[in-house]
Amino acid sequence: NHIVHNGGLYKRPFNEAFEETPMLVAVLTYVGYGVLTLFGYLRDFMRQWKIEKCQNATEREEQKDFVPLYQDFENFYNRNLYMRIRDSWNRPICSVPGAKVDMMERVSHDYNWTFMYTGRVIKDIINMGSYNYLGFAQKAGTCQEAAAKVLSQYGAGVCSTRQEMGNLDKHEELEKLVARFLGVESAMAYGMGFATNSMNIPALVGKGCLILSDELNHASLVLGARLSGATIRIFKHNNMQSLEKLLKDAIVHGQPRTRRPWKKILILVEGIYSMEGSIVRLPEVIALKKKYKSYLYLDEAHSIGALGPSGRGVVEYFGLSPEDVDVMMGTFTKSFGAAGGYIGGKKELIDYLRTYSHSAVYATSLSPPVVEQIITSMKCIMGEDGTTVGKARVQQLAENTRYFRRRLKEMGFIIYGNEDSPVVPLMLYMPAKIGAFGREMLKRNIGVVVVGFPATPIIESRARFCLSAAHTKEMLDTALKEINEVGDLLQLKYSRHRLVPLLDRPFDETTYEETED
Amino acid sequence: MDIKSMKNYLYWLYCQFELITCSYLMEPWEKLLFYTFNITVLVMVLYTAYIFVPVHIHTAFQFFLHLFGNQQENTVSIVK
Repeated sequence: NHIVHNGGLYKRPFNEAFEETPMLVAVLTYVGYGVLTLFGYLRDFMRQWKIEKCQNATEREEQKDFVPLYQDFENFYNRNLYMRIRDSWNRPICSVPGAKVDMMERVSHDYNWTFMYTGRVIKDIINMGSYNYLGFAQKAGTCQEAAAKVLSQYGAGVCSTRQEMGNLDKHEELEKLVARFLGVESAMAYGMGFATNSMNIPALVGKGCLILSDELNHASLVLGARLSGATIRIFKHNNMQSLEKLLKDAIVHGQPRTRRPWKKILILVEGIYSMEGSIVRLPEVIALKKKYKSYLYLDEAHSIGALGPSGRGVVEYFGLSPEDVDVMMGTFTKSFGAAGGYIGGKKELIDYLRTYSHSAVYATSLSPPVVEQIITSMKCIMGEDGTTVGKARVQQLAENTRYFRRRLKEMGFIIYGNEDSPVVPLMLYMPAKIGAFGREMLKRNIGVVVVGFPATPIIESRARFCLSAAHTKEMLDTALKEINEVGDLLQLKYSRHRLVPLLDRPFDETTYEETED
Repeated sequence: MDIKSMKNYLYWLYCQFELITCSYLMEPWEKLLFYTFNITVLVMVLYTAYIFVPVHIHTAFQFFLHLFGNQQENTVSIVK
């Protein structure tokens, strides 16, 4: 039976802030996009009338009368805006992406349509873009030695699917270890993190089921939800009132035409949302799930290993029991320095997935050296290899996160997200600043990832820093100094130190608003 | 030194203008086109202001003077 709590759900303060876009900045961003759109139309006109050479993909002459392929906004954006700043993406690196990385230098003589390598390698760039949360992306150390030994023993390829001849004893060992790490009854590992989501959600829900998915869910979750054929309803990002309203409507009204009750209601959330840096309000989601008798699918791609006092993820961060989450999904790509994904849960669920998951039937299983990397890094985090390296890394990441976020906020940048998330989005807003930020930081030997339109709303472009336990304080200080300089140069310090009260609580005298203009 | 810091500040302001209007991203001929258009419009606005603003201010001043002048005469007559 469900007991109504009175404020006892959170055991620690939940500090999340998304500062509002300043009005002047929004207006100027639209001005910038307006100018670029006008020039885009001019260039398209010139390309059509053959005044300028057309270097992008177009239809063949015979197909000019067919339905046009490249006239929608995405393609317009691609050829006129994305091409101008394209040198900030797809940069080729030529070393292991640890705390420092080597990059191959390239130049473009025709404004980013083609690139040429100068042959020089830029060494020791501070890497603020890799999902290397616990620093396991290394080319020397226990993980690498174990993986090399397994490589010489098993080889690199598996050449079969899980259900046929691809079920190695290493996979069984890995799954038992993952189940023990998460605190669940059983787990199953897959070769690709994206495929874990997109191939297993269709196996769990089907037509006649309801999926309640967060606004900002990852493409793999959206794809899996669409492939399943269930009805999808979206609730506002991390907004528990919106979720509760949808749940109430679902229970009261049932399926749209026949008014029958839904076969299953599945709530899809992520542990850390990588574009916003926000953490899901898990205690409230679990309370709602229990009240309305629905199921919870938690995608811990970024939060496993990165949150929680011993790195067990967002469930441990909030002090909850893993039994409350029905399907715990995660990836090995981020904190474990390997590749692949897993799903953990009750034994019946995992046994069902072993038979009915598309990934188990058709996709090749994990490669043995990768499995060994996961096993070694997981044992290191749990402390079972006899050292305290794992615990030290988790603590170092937490310290780095808090230090970096505090310093950036003090400098006056607008930073989104929760205080404890190692993903730090810094708002840029204007399109020219996206390209300028990436280039200026590379000039100062720091590699950052900037994100623009299709991944974020059009005016909210950002630079996303991913902190790592491998970053020392000196590296962070260097990076912060350069970010400060570039921030002054490009005038990115938009913050007016105004803490907007979190939108779910009604604004009254007791919620804080510190205005410092 | 003052001249140098002044020049640096003006250059920084020019960079901000380039970033906001996205002319930082344009190819040189696009920049030329954009600046020509902008400077032409600006010169025309300034020229129009130069020609018309003194005449407008003078007319407005006369209008208000006439209005208040009439009022003064009216009040004088009532008092009397």
